[in-house]
Amino acid sequence: MTTTTPHAAGELFAQALRYDNRPDPYPYYAQLRSEPVVCAQDGTWLVSGHREISLLLRDPRLSADRLNPLQQPVRKSLLMEDPPRHDQLRHLVVQHFVPRIMGMREHIDELVTGLLDAHTSERPGQLDVVADLAYPLPVTVICELLGVPREDESVFGGLARRLTRGLDPVNTQTEDELRELQQARAELVDYLEGLIARHGATPTDDLLSALMRDQGPEGSMDPVDLRVTLGLLMIAGHETTVNLIANGTLTLLRHPDALTRLRTDPDLATPMVEEVLRYDPPVQMSGRSTVADIDIAGVTIPKGARVRLLLAAGNRDPHRFSEPDRFVPDRRDNAHLGFGGGIHYCIGAGLARAEAQIALTALACRLRSPRLVADPPPYRENAVLRGPEHLLITFDRLSPAPVPTPVPTGSTATFGTSG
Amino acid sequence: MTSPERIVVVGASLAGLRAAEALRDEGFAGELTLIGDELYAPYDRPPLSKAVLSGRLTTEHTVLPRLRNIDARWLLGTAAAGLDLGERRVLLDGGRQVPFDRLLVATGTRARSWPAEAGGALHGVHTLRTRDDADRLRGELAAGPRRVLVIGAGFTGGEVASVCRDLGLAVTVTQRSGAPLGSALGGVIGRAALRWYHDAEVDLRLNTTVRALEGDGHGRLRRAVLSDGTVLEAEVAVVAAGALANTEWLTGSGLAADPRGLVCDGVCRALAVDGTPVADVFAAGDVARWPHPLYPGQLLRLDHWDNAVAQARTAAHNMVQAPSDHRTHRPLPAFWSNQFGINLKCVGLPALADQVVVTQGSPEGRCFVAAYGRQGRLIAAVAVDSPRVLDGYAALIEAGAPFPPVLNATDGPEDLNPLDATDEPGGRPTTPVPAGRR
Repeated sequence: MTTTTPHAAGELFAQALRYDNRPDPYPYYAQLRSEPVVCAQDGTWLVSGHREISLLLRDPRLSADRLNPLQQPVRKSLLMEDPPRHDQLRHLVVQHFVPRIMGMREHIDELVTGLLDAHTSERPGQLDVVADLAYPLPVTVICELLGVPREDESVFGGLARRLTRGLDPVNTQTEDELRELQQARAELVDYLEGLIARHGATPTDDLLSALMRDQGPEGSMDPVDLRVTLGLLMIAGHETTVNLIANGTLTLLRHPDALTRLRTDPDLATPMVEEVLRYDPPVQMSGRSTVADIDIAGVTIPKGARVRLLLAAGNRDPHRFSEPDRFVPDRRDNAHLGFGGGIHYCIGAGLARAEAQIALTALACRLRSPRLVADPPPYRENAVLRGPEHLLITFDRLSPAPVPTPVPTGSTATFGTSG
Repeated sequence: MTSPERIVVVGASLAGLRAAEALRDEGFAGELTLIGDELYAPYDRPPLSKAVLSGRLTTEHTVLPRLRNIDARWLLGTAAAGLDLGERRVLLDGGRQVPFDRLLVATGTRARSWPAEAGGALHGVHTLRTRDDADRLRGELAAGPRRVLVIGAGFTGGEVASVCRDLGLAVTVTQRSGAPLGSALGGVIGRAALRWYHDAEVDLRLNTTVRALEGDGHGRLRRAVLSDGTVLEAEVAVVAAGALANTEWLTGSGLAADPRGLVCDGVCRALAVDGTPVADVFAAGDVARWPHPLYPGQLLRLDHWDNAVAQARTAAHNMVQAPSDHRTHRPLPAFWSNQFGINLKCVGLPALADQVVVTQGSPEGRCFVAAYGRQGRLIAAVAVDSPRVLDGYAALIEAGAPFPPVLNATDGPEDLNPLDATDEPGGRPTTPVPAGRR
């Protein structure tokens, strides 16, 4: 094994973050992986091995505190909060969120059909998969779930974009961007407080009303927790699944065989979306800090250190995945890190999976001869939540939605499978 | 060792099925026979004491998924009655014989039954191990008995009592020691479990055994006489008093088998009574007892779901590969239980610990983690309603981390305060290996 100096490690990581390398940071991750846990010259520990990331995601000696004064809000969301407060907040959210996302597939299917119907054409045409499908789908769903009026989208969409840029390493952001971030945070507080006040006046049966009502064993959320949690769910709903769908479409267009297979075998959608989450994950990394010394991979990360878990690097670790740089749509035993792991495992994983499976299947079935207009496509500035800004494709035809297969009358829903 | 043409697997449950699948995965193309004494295709046992008893799942839904086509001859409803090692034949009930080149013993365990002379043959007295057991008990619980007596507050006893309370049935549980789960998990969990039982309004009788079960003129259970002389009216009794290995069929075979299990070595080869490995006989699952390098100086028998799967795979690999390619079976034990609305997950073997410390959360609250140490090393951890942290502890155990572990967990106590692991109201653990969970 070669020894990576702190300087070299920091340099490799900087290269992975450079906007010019946004379309393909993976070669830099591969070099970083020669030492799965390494300290960069700024004192941040970079973790790129699958095994090491998996362990640290579940290690009680890790805190979700990023130790970054510039990113330190007054009250932390459950994303950056630690147990026991994290557990209380997460419990309240899960209780209301998960039942609501179960049984949503049919509705997601309707939304996807509607979005593509707007572009149905017997003649050659063009589509921006980001603007026309990947963005509006999850945004509509999260707004409906939470009870956010769809017309607020114009206010919120821009805010979410500016705020998530704040997740990127501080030294990659300009002075203007950092100033803008403060401004965006203030605007977000104003917007969310207004939204909560309107909900308080006229409660409905959406998630926000349920969170306001809930009196769990550990009490309900106070107004600040409520605002912070609402902001987190809104931003996550705006800025992550869009990249999953867009990265998935891009990958499929680069692998026409897989696209053809998905058209004829819709069951392939399930493992294929898992493979997209491995091969080109929408969340590339996650920050932590240590609360005790941790011996791992032959080194000791000292107490109080900042740690970056490079999920996208771990997803390509040859010690865990055979042919890690190959997109294998039906890959078995795919323990990717796309949704993180441990106590902060993505709450919306089930929803993101359903949205991506349905959207990619619809694209595969309805588009004839889709082609990328630009490869690579233009990317968004964001490095942590990474994905294309636009994904322009041309096609020979965009068919109408196939008529759903009628359910045979007289049969009851089957429960589970037999045999 | 020549490559085998005929492999026989005795025991058609989780370990037997997964071993058969693994044999095919390993490239074994010869004749494969599975022998099972139950009539059913392999099924999953953990739901029997949970979802099946509560009525949320029928036993038809417990059939184990098949991971691949195994192209095997199935002899179900057929118990193995003997083993002729010299002639390499399994003798079946009824006199048939099945020849083998290589044999896997995966006959598992059965529930320890109540002695017939103390009322064990009465209608209404149950054990819970098989599909038929679960169907019978479910039927009686659904009929709404006035009181259910559960004998033993271990994992199965707790799960049965918990389901009974969910069904609105009155339950009495007797426990030989001073706390539920104490012999497997020690005093910290035992004390927390006392509260779960109390909050669920279970009538828990500690330091109490059952002297006799008594019936009416129709042979139907009516009452139990407890060790303190109390007479308790009950129409249903569930005996949850541990398990015995199914090894009677190996008596006289020359293998080192007794009610504690079949002794094998680290690569799953069965041992003869003189302690030498028998080249063509392997063991996996609940029936196997073997030396685990993490726990030197003793033989382990684990009736854990994860172990059955892992040991089956290792045994299958070793059955068809040259000895130089044999793998050692050395898993970190792991098991779980769901009772009284609480998820209990464990890694390592808490029963071997000399000290225990709460590292996260608080036993007075709902969620917490307890870490177990032996001679200054971390050897086990139990997570109560905190399953997502357990892999972190597993890594520390495997790395041989010191005890008490320095975690500084954000939800940990100010100071770690290790206790004597055996400090529980009921006294010391009586067995070095936990009753475990399937």
